[in-house]
Amino acid sequence: MSSEVRFTDFKSDKQPTWCPGCGDFGTMNGMMKALAETGNSPDDTFVVAGIGCSGKIGTFMHSYALHGVHGRALPVGTGVKLANPDLEVMVAGGDGDGYSIGAGHFVHAVRRNVDMTYVVMDNRIYGLTKGQASPTSREDFETSTTPEGPKQPPVNPLALALSAGGSFIAQSFSTDAQRHAEIVRKAIEHDGFGFVNVFSPCVTFNDVDTYDYFRDSIVDLADEDHDPTDRDAAKDKILDADKEYQGVLYQNEESVPYSELHGLSSDMTEIPDGAPEGAMDLVREFY
Amino acid sequence: MPDDLNWAIGGEAGDGIDSTGKIFAQALSRAGRHVLTSKDFASRIRGGYTAYKIRSSTDRVESVVDRLDILVALTERTIDENLDELHEGSVIIYDGERTEMQDVEVPEGMIGLSVPLKTLAEEAGGAIMQNVVALGAACEVSNFPIENLDSALEKKFGAKGESIVENNKEAARKGQSFVQEEFDHEFDYDLDTTDNDYVLLNGDEAIGMGAIAAGCRFYSGYPITPATDVMEYLTGRIDHFGGTVIQAEDELSAINMALGAARAGARSMTATSGPGIDLMTETFGLVAQSETPLVICDVMRSGPSTGMPTKQEQGDLNMALYGGHGEIPRFVVAPTTVAECFHKTVEAFNLAEKYQTPVFLVSDLAMAVTEQTFSPEEFDMDAVEIDRGKVVDENEIEAWTDEKDRFQPHFPTADGVSPRAFPGTTGGAHMSTGLEHNSLGRRTEDTEVRVEQVDKRNRKVETAKEEEDWSPREFGDPESDNLVISWGSNEGAMQEALDYLEDDGVDVRFLSVPYIFPRPDLTDDIEAAEEVVVVECNETGQFANLLEHDALTRVKRVNKYNGIRFKADELADDIKEKLQAEEVTA
Repeated sequence: MSSEVRFTDFKSDKQPTWCPGCGDFGTMNGMMKALAETGNSPDDTFVVAGIGCSGKIGTFMHSYALHGVHGRALPVGTGVKLANPDLEVMVAGGDGDGYSIGAGHFVHAVRRNVDMTYVVMDNRIYGLTKGQASPTSREDFETSTTPEGPKQPPVNPLALALSAGGSFIAQSFSTDAQRHAEIVRKAIEHDGFGFVNVFSPCVTFNDVDTYDYFRDSIVDLADEDHDPTDRDAAKDKILDADKEYQGVLYQNEESVPYSELHGLSSDMTEIPDGAPEGAMDLVREFY
Repeated sequence: MPDDLNWAIGGEAGDGIDSTGKIFAQALSRAGRHVLTSKDFASRIRGGYTAYKIRSSTDRVESVVDRLDILVALTERTIDENLDELHEGSVIIYDGERTEMQDVEVPEGMIGLSVPLKTLAEEAGGAIMQNVVALGAACEVSNFPIENLDSALEKKFGAKGESIVENNKEAARKGQSFVQEEFDHEFDYDLDTTDNDYVLLNGDEAIGMGAIAAGCRFYSGYPITPATDVMEYLTGRIDHFGGTVIQAEDELSAINMALGAARAGARSMTATSGPGIDLMTETFGLVAQSETPLVICDVMRSGPSTGMPTKQEQGDLNMALYGGHGEIPRFVVAPTTVAECFHKTVEAFNLAEKYQTPVFLVSDLAMAVTEQTFSPEEFDMDAVEIDRGKVVDENEIEAWTDEKDRFQPHFPTADGVSPRAFPGTTGGAHMSTGLEHNSLGRRTEDTEVRVEQVDKRNRKVETAKEEEDWSPREFGDPESDNLVISWGSNEGAMQEALDYLEDDGVDVRFLSVPYIFPRPDLTDDIEAAEEVVVVECNETGQFANLLEHDALTRVKRVNKYNGIRFKADELADDIKEKLQAEEVTA
C-alpha cells in the first residue's frame, strides 16, 4: 500500500484559502507527506480540526474528516480512534483552538495517551478574526484587543505536555519542509499521543514572530547532543525561554497507548442485527 | 388499588441506607412480590438525612404513596422526617441502646420496637451488620419468610465469601428472634409470597441495558446526579460486548468523544443531566448539522443552574426541543416507565441511525432512583431489532458520487436521508462540518444550496413522521369526556390515580405521551374532550404549551432561511400570496 500512495493523494481539489505565504501551507504539506510515508491512505485516515485558520485544513486535505466546534477536536479524535483503531487519526488545530478554548482538553488528551497525532499550527496570533492576542503571544505583543500587550506570560505548550505526562513532545517549523515532515512522521509512528507544536507564521497579522525571526532563532536538536528519551534534559530545554527548539524534545519509548492499557482492540463499528449474544444474562443479573 | 406494604429505612448518609434498602427490596422481589422503591435525600431539615423506601404488593405497584407502615429509624430525625406518612399502627424499629436514640418518643398510636441492633450484630460477628439485624426484625414484623432475605444476602455478599454470608444470615435471625421473644404485638402485615419471577432494576440501569442491547459500543460521560448510574452500569459490562466507557474531563469533551465514535461508525451515546446538557448544547448543533447519529440522554433533575440536584423535575423539555442556536431537527423521546427506559433506548439508537439525526432521550430522576420489578419477559432480547439505516459499502459508493467521482454524504434525496460511509470505506473519503455545506460536505454560502440542505434535513423528519409509530399510550376509559395527558415518568402515578378517581366516580381517558418530537397530533382528541388536563412535573407547563400550540392553526407563515434578510417588495408579494390563499379557502 505504502508504495502506491503519494502525498498528493491527500490533497483535495479545493484550493486553500489561506493568505499567500501562510505557514499553514507548509504545515499541511508536511502532514500529507508524513501520512503517505507511513503507509496511510486517504480512505483510512481521519483528520479532525476545530475553528480558526487551522480549522480549514480538513477541507484542503482529502481524507475522512470532521471540522468541529472550537477547541474540541481532541475529544473527537479520541472517539474516532477508540471506536475504530484501524484508522490513522490526525488532529490539527491552532494555538487558540488548542491552548485557549481547548486547553483543558489538551492536558487530558496528553494524559490519556490515545494513539493519535496532534499537530498545532502555532502562529502566536488570532488570524481568522483579524489579529488579536493568542495564548502564545508575547507579553508585550500589541494587538487590537491588547493595545499594550497581554501583560501575561505566554502558555508553554511543551511544558504543559511534559507536566501532564506527555509521551511524545516535539516542535517543528513549517517552512523547514523536510525536518517538519520527518518530525510529524515520528509522531505518527509513536505508540501513543504524538504532539507536534509547529511554528506556522502568520504573514498578515504577526510582524514579530515572522519567518525571519524563526529562521534566525531556531536551534535544531539534530545539531545538538540531545537524547529525547532523557526527560530531565527535555525539561531543561522546554523551560528555556530564550530558545526556539526544533526536533523531538521528549519521547517515552516505554509508552503504552490508552487502547492497549484498557484492552481495547476491536473495531466497534460492526454489530449484530439484533441484541448481542449473552444479552439475556444482563436481564438475569437483575433477578 | 394494590394491597400494599410501605416500608422504609432512614438515617444519616453513610449509614448504608441504600444498600440495606436494596437488600430488602431484592428479598421481596425474589419472593415474587412487586416492588417499587424511592429515595429521600436531605430534605426539610438541613443535614445528611437519607431514606430508602419500598412499596410492595403481590399486584403491580406503579407509584409511591404518602403512607409508611414500617420504618427502620437509625436516627431520631428519621422519625421526624416521616411523621406525615406514619399513621396509627405504624411500626418503628430503632436501637434504643444508642445514646442518641435513648430519648426517642414514639408518637402515640404507633408501635415502637426498640431492638439492640448493634449489640445483636456484634453477637453475630460484627457491628457492621446492624442494619441486617433490622431487616430480620422487619421480616418478623411483616410476617415475611426470612429465607427470602437469605437469598438476597447471598446475592449481595456471595462474592465476599461463605462466612460473611452466614454471619449476615445469623444477624438477621437475631433481629427476628428478638422481636419474636421480646414483643407481644399483633402486627397487621402479612407479606404473601408468589412463584412469580421478577427482575428489579432502575431507569438508569434500564437505559444502560437498552444501550448494550441496541449495539451501543461507545459511551463517554462525565459523572452527574442522577445520570451517573447509566455510566456505572455500563462500566465493566459494555466491555464484554466489545465496547468501552470513557470518563471525559467535562461534558464538552464527553459529547465530542461520542460524536467522534459515531462518525467512525460506532453506535455511541452520552448521558448527563440538565447542567451537562447546557454544556453539550455547544456541540449538539454540530452533531445535527453533520448528520451524525447520536443518542444524548438527559436524566432530568430540578433546575435551573445547580437547582435541587437530588429532586425531581421535568423542566428540560424546552431545552431538548429548542436548545442550541439556529434551527436543526432532532428527535426527542421520553420514556414513560422504568421498563420503557429500556425499550425507548433501543428505539432511540435506531431512530438516530435511520435518520442520521441526534436523539434526545429524556428521562428523569424519578425513574433513575426508582427500582421496580418486572417480569423478565418484559426485556425480550430476541425482540430487539437493529436498523442501521443507509450505510453504504465500497461497492455502493459509486452510486452516490458526483461527476468528479466524489462521494456525496449529504446528497439531497427524496426522503432526506443520505448515504453514510464509515471511515475506512474505499472511495468514501469525505468531509463533515458544522458549517452549512453542499452535498459533498464542503462549506457553502450559496443561497440555493443552503435552502436545499435545510429542506433535506427537515425532510428526514417528515419521512420519520410517516414511517414510524408515534402513538401515545392509552389508559382509563376510552369513551370518557375527561382527557388527561402527561409525558415521561408521570405515567405510573397517573395510572394508580385513575383507580382513586374511579372510586370517586370520576371517569378519565388518559394518554401518556413518550414522543415529544415528532409527537402525536392530539388536536382531535383535545377537541373531542370536554375537559383536558395536562400533567407534568414543572411550573410553566412546557408540554401543555406545545399541545396548545399544535391546536392553534390560524397563523399563516412567511419564512426565509437562505441567509438573506427580507426585502420589502419580495415580502409584500409573499404576504399577498398568503392572504389570497386565505381568501380562496375562506
